[in-house]
Amino acid sequence: MSWMAWTLPTAVFFSVIAAILVCMTVFELRSPCVERKGFLPIETTRGDRLFIGLLTSAYIHLMYVGLTDMTLWIALGISCVWLFIVMRWG
Amino acid sequence: MTSMTQNTASQTAGAGSTQQPKRFVLPANAKRRVNTQRRKNIGITAYILFVLVPIYWLLNMSFKSNEEILGGLTLWPQNFTLENYQVIFSDPSWYMGYVNSMTYVSLNVIITLMVALPAAYAFSRYKFTGDKHLFFWLLTNRMAPPAVFLLPFFQLYSSVGLFDTHLAVALAHCLFNVPLAVWILEGFMSGVPREIDETAYIDGYKFHTFFLKIFLPLIRSGIGVTAFFCFMFSWVELLLARTLTSVEAKPIAAIMTRTVGATGIDWGVLAAAGVLTIIPGLLVIWFVRNHVAKGFALGRV
Amino acid sequence: MNKTENNKAWFLVLPVFLLVAFSAVIPLMTVVNYSVQDIFDQNTAYFVGAEWYREVLQDPRLHDSLIRQFIFSGCVLLIEIPLGIAVALMMPTKGKAASLSLILLAIPLLIPWNVVGTIWQVFGREDIGLFGWALNSIGIDYNYASNPGDAWFTVLLMDVWHWTSLVALLCYSGLRAIPEAYYQAARIDRASKWAIFRYIQLPKLKSVLVIGILLRFMDSFMIYTEPFVLTGGGPGNSTTFLSQTLTKMAIGQFDLGPAAAFSLIYFLIVLLVSWLFFTSISHLDKSE
Repeated sequence: MSWMAWTLPTAVFFSVIAAILVCMTVFELRSPCVERKGFLPIETTRGDRLFIGLLTSAYIHLMYVGLTDMTLWIALGISCVWLFIVMRWG
Repeated sequence: MTSMTQNTASQTAGAGSTQQPKRFVLPANAKRRVNTQRRKNIGITAYILFVLVPIYWLLNMSFKSNEEILGGLTLWPQNFTLENYQVIFSDPSWYMGYVNSMTYVSLNVIITLMVALPAAYAFSRYKFTGDKHLFFWLLTNRMAPPAVFLLPFFQLYSSVGLFDTHLAVALAHCLFNVPLAVWILEGFMSGVPREIDETAYIDGYKFHTFFLKIFLPLIRSGIGVTAFFCFMFSWVELLLARTLTSVEAKPIAAIMTRTVGATGIDWGVLAAAGVLTIIPGLLVIWFVRNHVAKGFALGRV
Repeated sequence: MNKTENNKAWFLVLPVFLLVAFSAVIPLMTVVNYSVQDIFDQNTAYFVGAEWYREVLQDPRLHDSLIRQFIFSGCVLLIEIPLGIAVALMMPTKGKAASLSLILLAIPLLIPWNVVGTIWQVFGREDIGLFGWALNSIGIDYNYASNPGDAWFTVLLMDVWHWTSLVALLCYSGLRAIPEAYYQAARIDRASKWAIFRYIQLPKLKSVLVIGILLRFMDSFMIYTEPFVLTGGGPGNSTTFLSQTLTKMAIGQFDLGPAAAFSLIYFLIVLLVSWLFFTSISHLDKSE
């Protein structure tokens, strides 16, 4: 596995993603969700909102890195807030 | 081409007289339709010519000697020669390339169909947790540019000892063929009424006997079309195949680059090798032509 | 069709899941790992955070090839989709002529991509190629190896030659799925040809066109082999598309970190565009 060149931050990153996926699956099995319409222009399920949130977060990070030189923690904060907003009201 | 035109024209006329009550066929209308048909035939012939001329040029070059190719432009070989083909068929490092390509393409088609058939059945018949997302995730792999995966693939297959084997290329090509196969097969399977499944289960069939004995024959043409697509995308791909092989499993398309030698490009041999890479594709499309015509229309493809 | 709810279906999907996980997730994770490190060899690597992303995002080479890529994919779709539909409409519908034209049209799809490059490399040369020779002899100064405009034209023409057949075959199959009764009804109504196309043929073509557009967008966005063989990205950098910039970086200069960061950005772009397209189409389907 040494060729995969694991580092702590990426390991944490993938663990978090995997944990989210597991939680979502369990949650879904316990209480299946229905599609609903929030502020996003399309009807979405919980999984759709997660995907949209993660994808836009990735873009937020990219824009942040491309345009500014400040620390990434701010971008991470913005993304988390955004993810929460999308999951809750999207 | 003339026989083709006549053929179609007579068929259209035949179809018109049998399928339609006479009183609706106005003479002027019919004449206009024949005219349209002629224009269509001219159009399609022109397009097919556009497709064939570059291939003809390659074929033409493969029968010429290098002196003739570089000497001046000739529309057909003045001194017809098979020397270029002789070079390829007398050298194992050349013709083994074809064997390698065929091996990994066949392996890939088999693996793809084996995993994609049950999955497509699941997608077309059942709802399950995360099905839509799984489907989209599969498709994203079709979207990932192979260039992205080059390095890790190289490392991954080296570390599990698959580097330079046919299996490595076959597995790597599954990355883009499996999603496509699931997608196409799902369309075909959704076209088969559910009642067939239910009746079979009531009659006491187990899932696997039903699937193999009843269901698969029903979607024969779908499988044919899928196999065709898998063959096509695996056969034509070069970037991954070249990166994952060095000697033992090197595909013909990669060997072709050898013709660029110190003395310049050996155009004749290059053309001959190119012509030979077209032939397996022609054979495959020949075998599935009826399935493709029928099969495309059946499924949602 | 109503589907039954059954989570046992996961067992049927499991082989696909494992296979794709092996050949997609592991490499993807590796790319992410590479993208945050400066790698010298197997055992020496330094964590650099988002440094490579910053470098790549501010790299003019990336911007240029990204713009070129979008223009190229746009042109490809604009030419190939209408042309493919037109060819499908012109194809004979029955008998030997139908299967013959089907086979002939499919030929370009079955040629290995570097051979496609080779064919056009030869075909377009002004000394030994019919196309280049013909253009030059009617007075057009054409040389794809030295003139960027000609190079673009040749690459586009090659792609049209190569892939329009796919769109045509898909549309052909869509057209075959229309029952003859529809056309008869239209004839009785004296519907114009345009009306037949607009209200009978085009709606039936929608689902195959979605697939056609998606496949053509994705594949043209990843185009590598054909322009690499044909022009080598030149003259200058005029036909260097994203994949080629990336491969040059990863293999040519062995800059693992930046190449990996570039890969991920590339992947995110394709993912976003395809997702937007996919969702808007399935959304349209639902609202109808």
